[in-house]
Amino acid sequence: MRKHPLFVLFLIVLVAVTAAFFVYPKNFGAKFMPWRLGLDLIGGSHLVYKVDLSKVAGGDRDSVLNGLRDVIEKRVNLFGVSEPQVFVAKSAGEDNLVVELAGIKDISQAIQLIGETPLLDFREVYGNGSSTEFIQTNLTGRYITGAQLAFDPNTQAPQVSISFNGDGANIFEQMTAKNVGKPLAIFLDGSPIEIPIVQEKISGGQAVITGKFTINEARTLVERFNAGALPAPITLISQQTVSPTLGADSLKKGIIAGIIGTLLVMVFMIVYYGMFGVFAALALFIYIFLTLGVFKIIPITLSLAGLAGFIMTIGMAVDANILIFERIKEELKKGLSRTTAIEEGFRRAWPSIRDSNTSTIITAVILYFFTSSFVKGFALTLLIGVLVSMFSAIATTRLFLRLFVKDSIKTENSKSNA
Amino acid sequence: MLNIIGRKNIFLAVSAVLIGIALVAMVIFGFRQGIDFAGGTLWQFSIASNTPSVDDLKSFFSAQGGSASGGKSNLDASDAIVTYDEANGSFMARLPDVSEPDHQKLSSLLKTSHPSFEEAGFQSIGPSVGNELRKNAIIAMILVILGISLYVAFAFRKVFQPVSSWAYGFITLLTLFHDVAIPAGLLALLGHYAKIEIDGNFIVALLVVMGFSVHDTIVVFDRIRENLLLDRGKTAFPELVNKSVNQTIARSVNTSLTLILVLLALYFAGPASLHYFVLTLLVGVTTGIYSSIFVASPLLVLWQGRKK
Repeated sequence: MRKHPLFVLFLIVLVAVTAAFFVYPKNFGAKFMPWRLGLDLIGGSHLVYKVDLSKVAGGDRDSVLNGLRDVIEKRVNLFGVSEPQVFVAKSAGEDNLVVELAGIKDISQAIQLIGETPLLDFREVYGNGSSTEFIQTNLTGRYITGAQLAFDPNTQAPQVSISFNGDGANIFEQMTAKNVGKPLAIFLDGSPIEIPIVQEKISGGQAVITGKFTINEARTLVERFNAGALPAPITLISQQTVSPTLGADSLKKGIIAGIIGTLLVMVFMIVYYGMFGVFAALALFIYIFLTLGVFKIIPITLSLAGLAGFIMTIGMAVDANILIFERIKEELKKGLSRTTAIEEGFRRAWPSIRDSNTSTIITAVILYFFTSSFVKGFALTLLIGVLVSMFSAIATTRLFLRLFVKDSIKTENSKSNA
Repeated sequence: MLNIIGRKNIFLAVSAVLIGIALVAMVIFGFRQGIDFAGGTLWQFSIASNTPSVDDLKSFFSAQGGSASGGKSNLDASDAIVTYDEANGSFMARLPDVSEPDHQKLSSLLKTSHPSFEEAGFQSIGPSVGNELRKNAIIAMILVILGISLYVAFAFRKVFQPVSSWAYGFITLLTLFHDVAIPAGLLALLGHYAKIEIDGNFIVALLVVMGFSVHDTIVVFDRIRENLLLDRGKTAFPELVNKSVNQTIARSVNTSLTLILVLLALYFAGPASLHYFVLTLLVGVTTGIYSSIFVASPLLVLWQGRKK
């Protein structure tokens, strides 16, 4: 860097310009790895469901949770949402399922779709006289592997035929063997849809629900079963929905605030530090494009909080410049030549730059690891911003100053050798 | 050269009064907890034509108690807070935890009475979520204070004379509490008088203020340390501190000022949902400038004088 400052600076500028094209959300930048924006910027819904695992044995819980996640993922995919996120989050001893749907217009329909996924189970019926008692069995929708639309060969009424997996088939076989000649109730979402009388022991894991369906009802039910029945009941405990309009508005306002903030900082630096300030302003441009480039390459999902964090780092990125320029001023007062003062300024400002960024880095790292998703985005952009700024403010500004600030010939001879 | 140390009593008195007000506000009023801590609903919507008044909507919501889902709802929206943001033409309603069926019901009721009703955002958080957030916020806060304390102890490990290194560390932490207490007190006051609520973002803003507060103080103390080494006891301690503060005042102010500039841009031009987050940061960072110049160094001189 010392030997070929022009070449290195050229490289940095080249990378920054490439980054600028890369991050600009039109033309090349839009086609190649488009920006990933958070739900609060493109609109969407963040849903948290509590999973009721009280009826599931301890050892089975993880597999039930995973099954639940897969089922809901299929459900949501059916709805045609781009890149839905479904994940299990354990918090405070409770098992939660988080569903994130981006850019969706009708959230309430989606919520219904997720919540109303059929919860199927078979119940034994004990009737004595007038009262009927349904006893829940352990044969539930979690054993269903698939469903098909069928028609009753005699009446042509639509039917739903379901297939169980191996375990389910065994349970079904035992249950039907035990209940020959007795009714067995099929419950969907907590209410009985059919209570057929078991004619004989059924092996092979096939069951037919006759019910009283219209063709459309039967078809929807088949679709739902194929997506899977919910292996455990879920309740919506929190939702955050942002309309695409509000999201776009937040994004626009955030970007405008960022541009105004950047200009204010640049004007301040140029007014206060003159020529040095111009270099700081140029370095700030490079900082902005490099950092955005890093965000996009990682890739970071940029949320509103992340955007706020990034805009804050624009105000902090020039801190290193300020510390260096103030040092240079002091060195100049001591009577050093300009080039020596610059070298000294950089050297002596380094410990304070390092120290002052350390506390921000500590805060950002702790925030990243100990908080929820909103804050994580903020912490991450803050952290990356501080790290990139240490490079851009120091390395880029140093190159600018080395290249463009020269001693007048006289002072160089008389002072730099002193 | 500004005689900061000479007038230290005035500056410290100003801080003492502000801290006093902040602490009293926090103790008496406490904080209004936002939906992410206490559970509840924030509903943002616009009604473009035939716009109802805030009071109309308030009485609409309080009339819904019990009826929203066919009498089975326990939604008690009698203390609903409704505000109207003129710039965006949007309403913000703060309600108790609204379940999804109630949400649907209220939406369709509003849509029927006001066809131009359009939902912009709906956030509903169950009360159980808040406990987790509160726990995490406390853990993060303890860790940040701990991390910063360790870092401060490390930064000042080499100074012994005439003030021991742990005194630097102690005063740095004291300024940190100063810088956090004032914005926190402001939010307590705003909570009481303007019904502003604190949410998870508020905690984040305070933690970030902590980081900045420390780095400003370190810049000044660093210079005092450097001058102590160069001076070898020729100048009296208060004078040397005053000189150090004057030498670093420009960088101390400027580094925070650039941050304040972007925060101002975010406050005035940025999205409304970040308003109080940015305000907390603005107040905290401004307090940080004051404390690093007018509080930290005077305290250091007081500390040294006390030993004589």
